[in-house]
Amino acid sequence: MYEHDVIVVGAGGAGLRAAIAADEEGADVALVTKLHPVRSHTGAAEGGINAALQEGDSWDLHAYDTIKGADYLADAPAVDTFAKSAPEEVIQIEHWGMPFSREDDGRVSQRPFGGMSFPRTTYAGAETGHHLLHTMYEQAVKRGIEVYDEWYVTNLAVTDHENPEDRECHGCVAYDIKSGEIHGFKANNGVILATGGLGQAFDHTTNAVANTGDGCAMAYRAGVPMEDMEMIQFHPTTLPSTGVLISEGVRGEGGILYNGEEERFMFEYGYANNDGELASRDVVSRAELTEINEGRGIDDEHVDLDMRHLGEERILDRLENILHLAEDFEGVDGLDEPMPVKPGQHYAMGGIECNENGETCIDGLYAAGETACVSLHGANRLGGNALPELLVFGARAGWHAAGKDMKAAEIGTGPSAKSEDGAVQPPVEPGAVDAGSEDVVADGAAVEPTAVIENAVDNERTRIETLLEDDGINHANVRADVQQTMTENVNVFREKESLEDALRDLREARKAYEDVAVSDPSRTYNTDLIHTIETRNILDVAEAITLGALAREEFRGAHWRAEHQERKDDEWIKHTMLAWNDGTPELYYKPVELEGDEETYEPKERSY
Amino acid sequence: MSTIEQQESETEEQAENQAVESPGERRRAEKREREAEREAQREAEEASLDDEETILLKVFRYDPEVEGKQEPRFDDFQVPFHKGMTVLDALIYARDKYDSSLTFRHSCRQAVCGSDALFVNGRQRLGCKTQMADLESPVRIEPLPHQEVVKDLVVDMEHFYDQMHAVEPYFDADELPEDGLEEQRQTRENREKVKMSTRCIWCGACMSSCNIAAGDNEYLGPAAINKAYRFAMDEREGENRKQERLRIIEQEHGVWRCQTQFSCTEVCPKDIPLTEHIQELKREAVKNNLKFW
Repeated sequence: MYEHDVIVVGAGGAGLRAAIAADEEGADVALVTKLHPVRSHTGAAEGGINAALQEGDSWDLHAYDTIKGADYLADAPAVDTFAKSAPEEVIQIEHWGMPFSREDDGRVSQRPFGGMSFPRTTYAGAETGHHLLHTMYEQAVKRGIEVYDEWYVTNLAVTDHENPEDRECHGCVAYDIKSGEIHGFKANNGVILATGGLGQAFDHTTNAVANTGDGCAMAYRAGVPMEDMEMIQFHPTTLPSTGVLISEGVRGEGGILYNGEEERFMFEYGYANNDGELASRDVVSRAELTEINEGRGIDDEHVDLDMRHLGEERILDRLENILHLAEDFEGVDGLDEPMPVKPGQHYAMGGIECNENGETCIDGLYAAGETACVSLHGANRLGGNALPELLVFGARAGWHAAGKDMKAAEIGTGPSAKSEDGAVQPPVEPGAVDAGSEDVVADGAAVEPTAVIENAVDNERTRIETLLEDDGINHANVRADVQQTMTENVNVFREKESLEDALRDLREARKAYEDVAVSDPSRTYNTDLIHTIETRNILDVAEAITLGALAREEFRGAHWRAEHQERKDDEWIKHTMLAWNDGTPELYYKPVELEGDEETYEPKERSY
Repeated sequence: MSTIEQQESETEEQAENQAVESPGERRRAEKREREAEREAQREAEEASLDDEETILLKVFRYDPEVEGKQEPRFDDFQVPFHKGMTVLDALIYARDKYDSSLTFRHSCRQAVCGSDALFVNGRQRLGCKTQMADLESPVRIEPLPHQEVVKDLVVDMEHFYDQMHAVEPYFDADELPEDGLEEQRQTRENREKVKMSTRCIWCGACMSSCNIAAGDNEYLGPAAINKAYRFAMDEREGENRKQERLRIIEQEHGVWRCQTQFSCTEVCPKDIPLTEHIQELKREAVKNNLKFW
């Protein structure tokens, strides 16, 4: 058994920032990651990092834009904390050597981004995430932070109390991918989940193959509610063949969208008369798909994004990476021709319910970054707000776990924050995989931390041995079925019937998963096994997304419903919450906190 | 992907079965049914391969754990070709359709995570950004040379990481602005100077292509020296730190081992002028030693 004060699961932006913060507080911290830190998906972020740095800008403007962009589903204490802390965090990484793009006077450049009232997005070319990730990994190396790379955390070690709010997390179980050994990790102070996105629930996504919602699914099964899971962001500019992202920076610099009739449809068809291409991502995604669905797309599949008029010099200075992506993955020279783009799954606004300090309702269990839902992004994340989120809330989770004295959180968590029961009638009974029931929280009545961990380790050994020894079907079939139904039925445009179809398909996939087995018997670098365990996580998060989408009968932010074409503020300024409840998802609601430090945010109509 | 109609008819069949069989028998029957369906689907796919253009992959296989795989060999996989298909796509197809034990690293599939550097048709390349259409058939896929093979196409990266860490790869400013809200200044020219060096994704292609690194295990190698360049040339670090950095790269197994063969530069998937950076550091080191410059 390994032992540390703080164990951070996942070593992307949020995980690294959390680990550095915990280290600053004097904790013995370890990063456990199924990749190597520099392979994390934070590295693929392109656009930039929002922070109010310049004269004329201020944190409260940033906060206001964020709440408005979120369509009033964000919690004000989270947003205020975020906007106030972002400038310091951004300057901090500059001090750590981040190679930001610069102005003539040597200061960091800032550019306009969608939904922002001020050009407050700092960036490093069109590869901001790569530089952020590497800069932070370098700082982790400088501090000598221990990294267990290619160790896959498969379960949490949590006590077995009836009420999740009484449970404690003492550590986790991890599988050494290289050797096949399974070990317990004891966390004296806390476990921080920073496992990133869940895009692999969809088949057209900008997310890495590793983004399988592991943290979300593990926390959910341990008893932490999942919040606003229906809020999936679709990015309007992804390459049609692969889902590779073309940064919003292209539109920020002045890139233009054209339909198949060479019309600048954002203006000409009136989707967003004020902001045009720089309207929020949900607005642009729907506009593109409407054009395509009404026959004004190109090859019935995509629209064009043109940046040629920006000129070679500006493109090379600020968007060079985009040229490489378009060339390598679509065979298009962005200097000579427009780039084909269509919407793709990009970001999960929802996730593990936690507060401004990263705490979940389970003592000793924290979440940060994309896997978490503070909630900051509400129904729609503004471009450039994800990277500062992982800095601000990664740091806060790290500090808090390491024992720093911090202000008590204002955001409520756990079942006691419930305001009303949810009502949704799924067409089939959703729920647990039979074969997996032992991998749920039940760790005996053990209270002694070491015993809790040993019990969790035993359960995982049994699960993994069973998967390796049994004969059965390949997980890849199940995974493909899930991804396909999610992309067909739980996409940008949603309707009741298709959501119900998705739940039926997911039920089928769960049944199929009961027969899943790993055909590679090897203990050495068994990716078949890893992907099989991941597929279980994909199933759980896919079901939560779909149930949330079925429950929310309104049109808010990224969540569009055919039958409900208006935002219903009287009924729906509340978070959808899903609790695991022994494998049967239990839906309830929690109020949105719109009272901020300076003002109470009054919902206004979103117009562009 | 089963359609709703299929599901409904399956449910009906299940209902019929339920009357005569125990739950265990029913589950096994369903399992057999699903296996039969998949088998049929597989056969249909294989049959349709005859009508399509396919490409032959010859993939290196090795697993120290599994009998029959301990002796390295090449396996053939015939995969259907489509425009835009990358080496990684082809490998994923082979793994998901034919042999789920086929092992390789991959994640972002957009040339930024650096995990799928492979030896494809005799050259180090990133699987995700290499178009199959650009390769001669059959396509021969091997693990990166000069690295220990863990299994199939997965190599041990520990030595590579150790060399990266050996150059103290982290920013270390002499002094920072006192105000925590004020950034250090950096000229556009200076950022431009280090820009290419900051693009390294730690894929290891350069190290694997380097003859010197192959013969000298202690040689820092092109990636690590490039990392040192990234910091030594950054004007935000002070002169003292630069001296220390030069000391590190000047050691016996540092820059002087480079014989300017350009193989690292040739294979770098991010187009970093590695050889040039190494030569520039050699010049800096000479200037540094001959103080009269």
